[in-house]
Amino acid sequence: MFNYTFQWRQALQKLPLLLDGALVTLQIALLSMAMGIAFAVVLAVARNAKSRWASAPASAWIEVSRNTPALFQIYMAHFGLGSFGIYLSPYVALLAGITFNNAGYLAETFRGALRAIPGTQMRAARSLGMTSIQAFRLIIMPQMFRIAFLPTTNQMVWAILMTSLGVTVGMNSDLAGVTQDINVRSFRTFEIFAIAAVIYYLIAKAVTLGARLLASRLFRY
Amino acid sequence: MIEVKNVHKSFGTLEVLKGVNLSVKKGEVVSVIGGSGSGKSTLLTCINGLEPINSGSILVDGVEVHAKTTNLNKLRRKIGIVFQQFNAFPHLTVLENVTLAPRKVLGMTKAEAEEIAIKQLTHVGLADKLSVYPGHLSGGQQQRMAIARALAMSPAYVLFDEVTSALDPQLVGEVLDTLKLLANEGMTMICVTHEMSFARDVSDRVAFFHKGVLAEVAPPEQFFSDPQHPETKEFLSNVR
Repeated sequence: MFNYTFQWRQALQKLPLLLDGALVTLQIALLSMAMGIAFAVVLAVARNAKSRWASAPASAWIEVSRNTPALFQIYMAHFGLGSFGIYLSPYVALLAGITFNNAGYLAETFRGALRAIPGTQMRAARSLGMTSIQAFRLIIMPQMFRIAFLPTTNQMVWAILMTSLGVTVGMNSDLAGVTQDINVRSFRTFEIFAIAAVIYYLIAKAVTLGARLLASRLFRY
Repeated sequence: MIEVKNVHKSFGTLEVLKGVNLSVKKGEVVSVIGGSGSGKSTLLTCINGLEPINSGSILVDGVEVHAKTTNLNKLRRKIGIVFQQFNAFPHLTVLENVTLAPRKVLGMTKAEAEEIAIKQLTHVGLADKLSVYPGHLSGGQQQRMAIARALAMSPAYVLFDEVTSALDPQLVGEVLDTLKLLANEGMTMICVTHEMSFARDVSDRVAFFHKGVLAEVAPPEQFFSDPQHPETKEFLSNVR
């Protein structure tokens, strides 16, 4: 019944290909996080805005991104928009889908962080003659990032792992795509997926460590 | 000159200012005393435009604070305010707390702002704490830093909102000494306070805030020895 013969050597020969894929994975994850954070700051502020013109679209984005499967969001970016003649390549669709998802989750994390900052910080900043934008950028936002830091690294790990959903829209250059490709050609399924899993783990670990180093430099107070 | 004319201010159905009148001349120190939660602090936040008012007017050097055309960001440069809860910016060092507004609001270079900040921080006795984060300071030190932060903008007026109320008793003295220093230097100040001895020793005039109005405004000698208003007498007999 259990007569599978492990052939690690054959699988390990594919390591350079897998590492190339890992670089693409890391690239998508980092880009989707950078854009996700930028959108999330805007969404978090807009959702709290008094104007419904600002808060309603922000709420819609946050609600949809957090309450539907990430897989569907990537599908929509590729096949969904494709139905209207807007063709996004697998790479762009994956990036767009994960960015959309990241932004929604991070927006709520940031909104929570904003609520944790006493309103008196804004008043103190405005009393010194700062405009509301200056006060937000110089006083509120740095504190928000510190409060939101741990959940944000969590989301970063999640973004790395989510990139593996790209295979469903034909992504073949990232780690999951490369793994799948080698698998169908070699049938060393267990070995090749095990190696890929270890690489995912190491990327996630490295990013978490990097984030921690960054935090110790940025948040010295 | 700050002129407060018949100012009314409500939070919902609760009217906290019911026709307040007060004028403060350049170089004058006015202490505002009265019961807790009576609206004294609200009066200060109305003067620098943080709170809107319902009617009446507040003029600072002839500029109407609540007029739609008034540039509040510009006006606030000359009205410093120090809050009860310090409101230090926790992510900035003491020096950065004080240099931030001169740099970003007044457009000073880093070197210019630091020169002024170090002067003001030395003034309040914090010259040895420049690179410390506020979280590592005592309450009294944080409050003195907040005073230096307000002074670094070279304001014409400084509003003090119960600046010693949140401090441990042994730290009150150091902050009051700083206030006395400023008063002696001729700074124009409105101090909402519960420190009767400070009001008596430092102020040019003392104002008693009661039921939404300034019931009595008088020089301290007269205010404390011969109060005219029955409510002032009542209040003073309770605090002594």
